[in-house]
Amino acid sequence: MTLPAPSHLTARERARRAARGGAPRSVPAPLLAPALIAVAFLVLPLVGLIIRAPWGHMGAALSGSDATQALVLSLWTSTVTTAISLVIGVPLAWVLARTSFPGQRLLRALVTLPLVLPPVVGGVALLLAFGRTGFIGRYLNSWFGITIPFTPIAVVMAETFVAMPFLIIAVEGALRSADQGFEEAAATLGAKRMTVFLRVTVPMIAPSLGAGAVLCWARALGEFGATITFAGSFPGQTETMPIAVYYALENDPSAAIALSLVLLLVSVVVLVCLRDRWLRGGSVT
Amino acid sequence: MTREGSDGLVVDAEVRRGSFTLAVSLAAAAGQVLGLLGPNGAGKSTLLSAVAGLTPVSAGRIMLAGQVMDDADAGTFVEASGRPVGFVFQNYRLFPHLTVADNVAFSPRARGLGRRAARSAASHWLDRLALADLAHRKPGELSGGQAQRVALARALAGEPALLLLDEPLSALDAGTRLDMQAELKRHLADFTGPCLLVTHDPLEALVLADRLVVLESGRIVQEGTPAQIARQPATDYVARLVGLNLYAGHADGSQVKLTGGGAFVVPDHGQHGDVLVAVRPSAVVVSDQQPQLSSARNAWPAKITGLTLLADRVRLDLDGQPPALVDVTPAAVAELALDPGRQVWLSVKATDLEVYAPGER
Repeated sequence: MTLPAPSHLTARERARRAARGGAPRSVPAPLLAPALIAVAFLVLPLVGLIIRAPWGHMGAALSGSDATQALVLSLWTSTVTTAISLVIGVPLAWVLARTSFPGQRLLRALVTLPLVLPPVVGGVALLLAFGRTGFIGRYLNSWFGITIPFTPIAVVMAETFVAMPFLIIAVEGALRSADQGFEEAAATLGAKRMTVFLRVTVPMIAPSLGAGAVLCWARALGEFGATITFAGSFPGQTETMPIAVYYALENDPSAAIALSLVLLLVSVVVLVCLRDRWLRGGSVT
Repeated sequence: MTREGSDGLVVDAEVRRGSFTLAVSLAAAAGQVLGLLGPNGAGKSTLLSAVAGLTPVSAGRIMLAGQVMDDADAGTFVEASGRPVGFVFQNYRLFPHLTVADNVAFSPRARGLGRRAARSAASHWLDRLALADLAHRKPGELSGGQAQRVALARALAGEPALLLLDEPLSALDAGTRLDMQAELKRHLADFTGPCLLVTHDPLEALVLADRLVVLESGRIVQEGTPAQIARQPATDYVARLVGLNLYAGHADGSQVKLTGGGAFVVPDHGQHGDVLVAVRPSAVVVSDQQPQLSSARNAWPAKITGLTLLADRVRLDLDGQPPALVDVTPAAVAELALDPGRQVWLSVKATDLEVYAPGER
């Protein structure tokens, strides 16, 4: 019998394998090279952003543009979007998770369509429905004198269209996997259905609800395509941060970089909020 | 059998779930603890679920204190939240996000009391179950025994007219279980309504229940007091639970011809027709040669197929006509050199045989 030549095992590696289980830790070369390329691809652009940032005159770069306006607009529209999504999206998630009716699969597909639909298409669709000549917007205009496109309301609608499905699927998944035994227990204790929902179901899915809301908020904050199509880019009215960055890049690159850094910072904060769910290798929902 | 006049719980119903059908007719009077005993999948939990209103019946009806809770023919159904029921679930299902006090106050609050009244109702039950010190803990910080008491307090705090306990002690370790069993017995004695107690632990059933119903495959196979059931089991399952050998046979006076082969001489009480014969494993004597018999003894050869050490004795598994479980002392095992495969003689006195008619079911 011929054995392969033994390799050298350091004391440290011996201790690690003993503590954590047997497999070697070193990465095979055919996996290592592509993995490093992927890391470089994801990290280098961010490094570029940080290197090129106008660190010395950040304040000037930000105030020199419509940055504050854009940031304020972005923050409040994203927050309103999240609030609306909670109020109407959570009940929809419950309906999808806990009931069954003909056409439910189709409804679920429609609800999650914005997740994969190019946002620009969403913007066009919103314009065709709620635009001045849209099949709903026409009547809003002629009956109530309401015009939606190119207003902050349009920004919120565009963001809700794109971001709410993230909340819905997170909450629906949580509702499906939640132990319904607790709801049964609540019913035997005399709780009516709405009491069960508010006092048992919602608190039980609170972690997923929170994660879904943060995800929804972050997606709304970054929304570009649907917003610029449906709401345009009027500074102070409908020009959100991503749109401001896009325009600033043409005439004031240092402002664009500064704005981007602000968004990067916000994203990092979001990631920290979600670390329990993402960075520990668990699933999202 | 109908027991319409009862002021307790009357169930005369069928519950179909896929290919499984539970068909039972039973009653529990006020103040009575009715034990539901049966193997896994017998339908015990389904029955509780139907009584609680979590599963509607497919046929028949459920009445509580003369009021219809569920009637498949008339279409009447009281939702679970509307039934005056206290349910202690197998794994308690305490709300993990609420404190012990809020868990116990949940039912009074859900049944319409104000926040303060609900809290004082809860503190009454917390005191009664010696839980006051734990009021501000979350369920995750409780031991098994404590969680069990909280579950009982939560169920009782809604002032239910009927108590349902689904294997209330099964999640506890052996030591805690005996303590909790004694404590549970006290609380059940204080409860004035009917109580259904599901268990698959025969000791728990014998200690806690006033009457027992044995369920197998969705049917009631035996009903009676714990003493009756322990002495005259109706099925192999029950016999195994209470640790008896059980044989079906055909009696003709003092002779019983066993269905599975073999025969017994029994005390002649004039039995004729189908009977069951129950024998305690400790009543059977093992010897290494054919015993000299008086006429009132039975003896037959058998082969040892297994030995199990129980606390202070050894249980032999024997194959013969009929097969038997026999308890002997460890000393006897050594003396007679009892080994698997060994051929021995078994004998039992006729007076140690319990002969009775099988139930009509």
